[in-house]
Amino acid sequence: MGNMTEIRWHGRGGQGAKTAALLLADVAFKTGKHVQGFPEYGPERMGAPITAYNRISDEEIRVHSNIYDPDFVVVVDETLLHTVDVTAGIKRGGAILVNTELSSEEVSHFLGAYHERIYTINAREVCMKTLGKYFPNTPMLAAIVKITGIIPREQFLQEMEESLRHKFEKKPEVLGGNMMALKMAMEEVR
Amino acid sequence: MGIKNRMSGNEAVAHAISQIDPDVMPAFPITPSTEIPQFVSNMISAGKIHTEFIPVESEHSAMSAAMGSEAAGARTITATSSCGLALMWEVLYVAASSRLPIAMCVVNRGLTGPLNINAEHSDSMGARDSGWIQIYAENNQEVYDNMLQAYRIAEHKDVRLPIMICQDGFITSHALCNIELIEDDKARAFAGTYEPEHYLLKEGETMAMGPYATSPYGMEAKRAQVQGMMNAKQVILDVAKEYEKISGRSYGFFESYKLEDAEYAVVIIGSAAGTAKDAVDALRSQGKKVGILKVRVFRPFPGEEMAEALKGVKAVAIMDRAESYSGNGGPLGAELMAAMYRAGNEAVAVNIVYGLSGRDITVEDFEGVYGRLERIADGSEKPEFYSYLGLRE
Repeated sequence: MGNMTEIRWHGRGGQGAKTAALLLADVAFKTGKHVQGFPEYGPERMGAPITAYNRISDEEIRVHSNIYDPDFVVVVDETLLHTVDVTAGIKRGGAILVNTELSSEEVSHFLGAYHERIYTINAREVCMKTLGKYFPNTPMLAAIVKITGIIPREQFLQEMEESLRHKFEKKPEVLGGNMMALKMAMEEVR
Repeated sequence: MGIKNRMSGNEAVAHAISQIDPDVMPAFPITPSTEIPQFVSNMISAGKIHTEFIPVESEHSAMSAAMGSEAAGARTITATSSCGLALMWEVLYVAASSRLPIAMCVVNRGLTGPLNINAEHSDSMGARDSGWIQIYAENNQEVYDNMLQAYRIAEHKDVRLPIMICQDGFITSHALCNIELIEDDKARAFAGTYEPEHYLLKEGETMAMGPYATSPYGMEAKRAQVQGMMNAKQVILDVAKEYEKISGRSYGFFESYKLEDAEYAVVIIGSAAGTAKDAVDALRSQGKKVGILKVRVFRPFPGEEMAEALKGVKAVAIMDRAESYSGNGGPLGAELMAAMYRAGNEAVAVNIVYGLSGRDITVEDFEGVYGRLERIADGSEKPEFYSYLGLRE
């Protein structure tokens, strides 16, 4: 239990926060970790706030509860900063990653008494430059991998390329853009 | 041995079904079990399995079609949750009394109302007296292993009863976790093929299925049905032993976790047992003698064996993820307390209802339960025999 990393995702229905959590679990599994990736379901509808979770560990994971004291929080939709207590329970030494145009300094004004690390990434810009469409979960996944350091960069990119190639078997033309989005996000996260 | 993979509980069950390759699957979708028929029908359309999928117009029809195909001699599977299981109610009893070894994947979700889609055991607990065998799982690994063992138990000539393979809605059904799979050929060989002695399509044999029983016969039929359920106990253990040989994983009626020298025990079903294990390890490191009895088989009810396993404890919390509205506690609490009384077990037993409508339960909650048991045992707290955990005031 000592080496377990716990991550909480905040997004809105339809943005792929759940998919990102499952992708993270998937890629961490491939590097030999024990993983959990699971959504918390309320009434599901496009645009409603949703939460998803990851546990990643070198040892077997038995606990099945939601995560209340995460090491890391990912906010896929910055409008949630105003409506959801996204920093709730973040561990000392933990961090929050926000998808926004704003700087960490500017974001900190919305986070009340939160004093741990703040990272930001403009996932929209990354998506528009690489994919031409807004799928925030791809850059957010790469950014959280970079911040947490749970998977080495090269290994992450290699595993992602393999699974994206499999996923987009019927439209191989999108593979390049997705890989660019992942790499750019790892560079751009601040 | 085994193939390391990662899957959700629903994927794990669907994978086991693909390895078994049953003959027929009538099913109607309902959250959170919908993915199971979805995954299976994908495998059928990809030509990976030979199962005949019957899209039906309701769960009542799903169970009726399952009866028809099983009676005809076909190995049959279905899946459901919550209100879907409730709509099958009438036919559940007919399937059991007709001694048809149908397997059903139940992804546990509360019965309405208030309307809710999350984990609770009220659906399958409501069907606990319908004559079906019921096996529950803590995680994706267990529900996969239970599914592979299901037909070997249900179809055994001493049993011949339908079986529910249960897992917690969303908590395990939709959580991606590590799993170790059995190789296809080994799994297939273990599940074997269905070779019923009597069935409707058997050439040269005419038989009646589900006929009227007059008073001089009905009671005998029911007693014979109970015998099948009682016989299931030995078969469940035998099949588990055989399964251990191909999987390396051992199963029984229940799992005893650090129970041997425990003074305080929690008895629980399903995914929450995993969370309880982390609490037990934390408390053990502080020198507390705590343990868990995790129920795997609820029907047949292994009351005698559970009472025996709890012989040494001072206090036990029997935890139900279902309300029975009896005003006297949940189903596990009522039945286990009766079994403990019969066995002369003098431990103080309290019944705690938790996790209704998917209410989360944490490691800290379990630490609180053990603390309470300790206070009850030393006399500093008056035992509340039937209470709710995590209820907001």
